[in-house]
Amino acid sequence: MIGAKILLESLKKEGVKIIFGYPGGQVLPIFDQLYDFDIKFILTRHEQGAAHAADGYARSTGKVGVCLATSGPGATNLVTGIATAYMDSIPMVAITGQVGTHLIGNDAFQEADVTGITRPITKHNFLVKDVKDLARTIAEAFYIASSGRPGPVLIDIPVDVQRADTEFIWPEKINIRSYQPTYSGHPGQIKKAAKLISAAKKPVIYAGGGVITSGAHLELKALAEKIQVPVTTTFMGLGGFCGTHKLFLGMLGMHGTAYANHAVMESDLIIAVGARFDDRVTGRLDNFAPGAKVIHIDIDPSSISKNIRVDVPIVGDAKNILKQLITEIKKLPDTAAWLKTVEGWRKKHPLTYKDDSAMLKPQYILQQLWDLTKGDAIICTEVGQSQMWACQWYQYLTPRTFISSGGLGTMGFGFPAAMGAKLGFPEKEVFNIAGDGSIQMNIQELGTCVANKINVKVLIFNNGFLGMVRQWQELFYKKRYSFTPITSPDYVMLAQSYGAVGIRVTEKTQVRAALQKAIQTDNTVFIDFRIEPEENVYPMVPAGKAINEMIEGLA
Amino acid sequence: MRHTISVLVENKFGVLARVAGLFSARGYNIASLAVSETLDPQISYMTIVVEAKDAKVLEQINKQLNKLIDVITVTDFTKKEHLDRELVLVKINYAPKDKPKLEAIFEKFVGKIVQHKADTATVEAVGDEQQIKALLEELNKFGVKELVRTGKLAIE
Repeated sequence: MIGAKILLESLKKEGVKIIFGYPGGQVLPIFDQLYDFDIKFILTRHEQGAAHAADGYARSTGKVGVCLATSGPGATNLVTGIATAYMDSIPMVAITGQVGTHLIGNDAFQEADVTGITRPITKHNFLVKDVKDLARTIAEAFYIASSGRPGPVLIDIPVDVQRADTEFIWPEKINIRSYQPTYSGHPGQIKKAAKLISAAKKPVIYAGGGVITSGAHLELKALAEKIQVPVTTTFMGLGGFCGTHKLFLGMLGMHGTAYANHAVMESDLIIAVGARFDDRVTGRLDNFAPGAKVIHIDIDPSSISKNIRVDVPIVGDAKNILKQLITEIKKLPDTAAWLKTVEGWRKKHPLTYKDDSAMLKPQYILQQLWDLTKGDAIICTEVGQSQMWACQWYQYLTPRTFISSGGLGTMGFGFPAAMGAKLGFPEKEVFNIAGDGSIQMNIQELGTCVANKINVKVLIFNNGFLGMVRQWQELFYKKRYSFTPITSPDYVMLAQSYGAVGIRVTEKTQVRAALQKAIQTDNTVFIDFRIEPEENVYPMVPAGKAINEMIEGLA
Repeated sequence: MRHTISVLVENKFGVLARVAGLFSARGYNIASLAVSETLDPQISYMTIVVEAKDAKVLEQINKQLNKLIDVITVTDFTKKEHLDRELVLVKINYAPKDKPKLEAIFEKFVGKIVQHKADTATVEAVGDEQQIKALLEELNKFGVKELVRTGKLAIE
């Protein structure tokens, strides 16, 4: 069997149902095999779109996303998508063609050192120089991508390896001696954690993306309810705890809720689950939660004690550890007074915005979207103000319903990621919350949506600005709006020219009907919402401040 | 402060780049690095001397190295009994009249003259960090023209 066929047979063995990609000279043998192979292939309009779509598919389904591109520019166009997946620990396998082995290093046409380029942005990568290694390499790649702390793995396959012939031997079991992730938590550490929890007066649970990766949302709920502790999540953790639960405080950090930030700052115990104390969460580090002891549960030892000092580290899988922790807690902490204090903050500092009958407010649009869908949808986002509003003004009830680029903050991510999510869940309504800046970064994927009938609904919060940067310029650079005003095409006509549907909304009264029409339309829909141009995202923690030193905006 | 760590890695294509890349990407400094095959040709042994300003940085270096898929084990020799050696080749100004002075030095250190050409002698010496430092101070008195060193090797 030739290498190209071995690749596809191996992907089938791994349960791959869909590949996103783009053909080219050094992947011709693979595409020749794909022509009549029973794996669905989605031709995107740009390789970056393929990488983000594979990522969106992985985030929504929990399965490994797969993208495929040719050598050189095809591979380098994947780079932003791979880095995005890496920063958010998303399981992905990227396959790239490479020039023939005899040409490697010769500066051949469309040659790039792709394993070199992607080394710092992949969990691991491979250059397959011998077709005999191909099947095992693919099995290892999927195992590495999906186990431990997941991440993207790249396999670079020279074109002569794709053409070379060998017997197809699929390794049923993979064991990598130098890679043995820890899944079960240390019992002694779990006991210590249980003791700290029993003794706490003002505990708070701080949950991150690890809860979703590990599928630990039910255990997290059980723990919070058992010990009656308020829960805040990171951006990546949204959906890991039910957004309408009475113990839920919303997201914390730079654009988190004031009450979540106050609760964390005043707490005497932080129970961190699958989160990494990222700088957007902690604000000024030396002033972060000064009175709190910290229990840190994470599968990646290098995340523990990286940014803040941890009292009880527990390395392992969140689901396993939470299960054990729940049974280990014998004496419940008395949190009644603490919960009352936290509720006081919730009442005193609610999320708010100044509604306006004349101007269209993005928060209002999201409230209407919530009202129409009640959480039964997948919400993807681009990056910037629109993304932060989507965190604040929509409630995520279950894991994998909020899909957004967190760590890398990649503009242009949301639209292709929404395609991936829609292909993972064709029956679900999938929205992309976009700004007029971000949507223009991968707008070519309209072609992919229409050609493949991937009906995603894109809500463009069009304010004529690169809004988040403009907000910083307004607040910290004397309103010198340096290159943040941005023009847009006519999104209605643009959508129509691709064969999609375009709607323009300029008034508040049109919002609900437009959203309803989008939901009912069996096509990709762009809604061009002309929103208040200088609306800001509040609360906001300025750079270098502690997270309880927020600008709260208008009450 | 300088710390010596050893890393057992799979002897695979690109593994040195992965280790070196980790240091540069995270802003850690490598003071010296020595790599070679072990008894098992599938495994390589690296001795790395790193600059780490505090224990937290050293802990991260250890954890990040362990996170690399091709890394089998990481040993931090900071608080561990171990042997370490380094080999240096030093070109010094030399005239035959200097011989007794040099021989006196070699009574204190493990070293010898391996080459002598015109007014230059090449000295080979082996020792631990302190010994090499002391030896170089002695050789400086002759005038050092050129110096190469292997970097430290360490073993438990």
